Amino acid sequence: MLAPGFADPVHGAQGTFRAVMNALARPGLLQPLDAGLKPPAPLTPELAALALALTDADTPVWLDAGLAASPEVAAYLRFHTGAPLTDDPARAAFAFIRDPARCPPLARFAQGTPAYPDTSTTLVLALDRIANGEGLHLAGPGIKGPTRIALSPLPEGFLAQLAENRAGFPLGVDVILTAPGLVAGLPRSTAVTES
Amino acid sequence: MATRPLQPDPEEIAARQAVMALCADASRDDLDAAVKALAAPAVEDLRPPETGLVMATGRIGGDGRPFNLGEVSVTRAAIRLPDGASGFAYHLGRDRTKARLAATLDALWQDPTRRARVEAALEPAARRADADRRQAARRTAATRVEFLTVARGED
Amino acid sequence: MYVAVKGGEAAIDNAHRLLAEARRGDPAVPELTVAQIRAQMALLVDRVMAEGSLYDPDLAALALKQARGDVVEAVFLVRAYRTTLPRFGASTPVDTGAMAVARRISATFKDLPGGQVLGPTFDYTHRLIDFALAAEGAVEPAAEAEPRDDADTCPRVTDLLAQDGLIEPSPPDDGAPAGDLTREPVDYPADRALRLQALARGDEGFVLGLGYSTQRGYGRTHPFVGEIRVGDVAVEFVPEELGFPVPLGRIRLTECQMVTQFKGSGTAPPQFTRGYGLTFGQSERKAMAMSLVDRALRAEELGEPVASPAQDQEFVLAHCDSLQATGFVEHLKLPHYVDFQAELELVRRLRAEFFRDSDSMQEAAE
Repeated sequence: MLAPGFADPVHGAQGTFRAVMNALARPGLLQPLDAGLKPPAPLTPELAALALALTDADTPVWLDAGLAASPEVAAYLRFHTGAPLTDDPARAAFAFIRDPARCPPLARFAQGTPAYPDTSTTLVLALDRIANGEGLHLAGPGIKGPTRIALSPLPEGFLAQLAENRAGFPLGVDVILTAPGLVAGLPRSTAVTES
Repeated sequence: MATRPLQPDPEEIAARQAVMALCADASRDDLDAAVKALAAPAVEDLRPPETGLVMATGRIGGDGRPFNLGEVSVTRAAIRLPDGASGFAYHLGRDRTKARLAATLDALWQDPTRRARVEAALEPAARRADADRRQAARRTAATRVEFLTVARGED
Repeated sequence: MYVAVKGGEAAIDNAHRLLAEARRGDPAVPELTVAQIRAQMALLVDRVMAEGSLYDPDLAALALKQARGDVVEAVFLVRAYRTTLPRFGASTPVDTGAMAVARRISATFKDLPGGQVLGPTFDYTHRLIDFALAAEGAVEPAAEAEPRDDADTCPRVTDLLAQDGLIEPSPPDDGAPAGDLTREPVDYPADRALRLQALARGDEGFVLGLGYSTQRGYGRTHPFVGEIRVGDVAVEFVPEELGFPVPLGRIRLTECQMVTQFKGSGTAPPQFTRGYGLTFGQSERKAMAMSLVDRALRAEELGEPVASPAQDQEFVLAHCDSLQATGFVEHLKLPHYVDFQAELELVRRLRAEFFRDSDSMQEAAE
């Protein structure tokens, strides 16, 4: 039985888009995201909302092992978005990661090209918890004043990968972080440090 | 009845395609009449009817490598009957009501016990489409050139 | 540099109201309906669909009504509307060989399986204005005849030539998806599929002029109409959730196969080459012109010198789109006040220098 998509496709998609837009415009700051979806496990409501709002027939999607193992998830995404599923991270426009601890190194995803840096992969991670005011320090465009973000779980070597990612600017990936009811953004322009 | 698994039986698929083609060519009123005639139950949207685009592709030279010719407007609907069966419709144009009606008919048609009645309900539309096609063919045929050999020069 | 100026809102609102009145015209005259435009100006609707690159006759008819009959304005409306719709995917390639033919002619062979079928054509009218049409009147029903046995078999003329190897085959389908210039900007050199997409949505006048130029010697291709066919073709699409092709309905297409200058080499015997045109609706002139330009643009591929405009990819593809063309031409109406002030200053200064110099030369001469 196919789970339904947005109850109101237009406003559901627009609301999700706005939340993500704000998340990337103000890196690190938590945005509320509640699209009321009940997708098949292990897809989270937040991952599903982003998939439905941002992917379509032109955006190849990479799913991590946990998501890829579920035929219901694949069927759900194909039906509601028409997105082609790829098993090559370097060809993905979007990558959905249910298990951030086992997220592949950022360098394995599409980095974009000098002429079209925007053609890199946008990663969407489903975390257990995101909180402001503690954890990593963020600096860069869109960040006013000291901003900190705690992520749980943190992918191994994430900080080093983010630093390397930022060094490759304007190429590199953008990372969207989700937790229950929340979304935050780490665009490639953001510097993320331990202290 | 649970959703049928997609086990392709080529004959069944061909028959389903034929009914879909009939619905695509029929008018909204035709489909409305058919659905009413079948006393179809109220349906639930699996995905609300939406209008979008399909890029029509042609072939270079008519039979070669594909190229993108231009987009056609298409409306699609996916519904679920109370018994769980799902029905789908995709056809040209922007008529969402018509798509939903066609999806309903598709769901009903997939049930072997209802199939004959669905086809009977669509009979009027089928006959009309057939008559239109035959008339168009006859009118076209009247414009076919019958060449007469004119006397040759050496005579 | 463009100047952002404020003010004029009231004038703009009133201009729109005046436009609406002008569009309507004399209220004593019956208002045009979309159904009338769709049925009675069908060829104009076909052109808007072709250049708008969106097959939706009611939409094109409505756009024409809104645009007061201006084709490019209507194309603008259709293209803008199209951007609001999601794309479900691409159809399976249409099979023009299975077309329900409404018209089918060939200038290369007189006798063909399926015959020469004239259909609703202007070709044999005498182009005398029919003043009877100024009044409404009943139209005689069209003549009918029993379709001949071979009416349903309309093999391609190009296939008949191909049987004896007399004509080059079409480029084979290697399974790679065709480029889409509505998704990626055109990168030169563009392949033939992309060129055909551009020509199909190109301005009919521009493509016609270019086609004409090839006939007048600007890149001669020695063309013959192998076949033109107009009729309805089924469009199919394979939705993810179904996995089999779903028939969407039928669209009217015009196809032109142009048989062009034969080519041979030391290692290959001569064969006719080809040009191809395919358009939405009944648009013969456009399909024919498209096939002539398609052939001309293959100059490099066929080892011909690229010397004329119709053979120059960048020239043709960059300028054939009516919307892009009108966008840039009409943008000149935007305020260029600051730019022009700079020009004025410059001209005045140069003139002052000129007269100063000529005065001093005069004095020196004296």
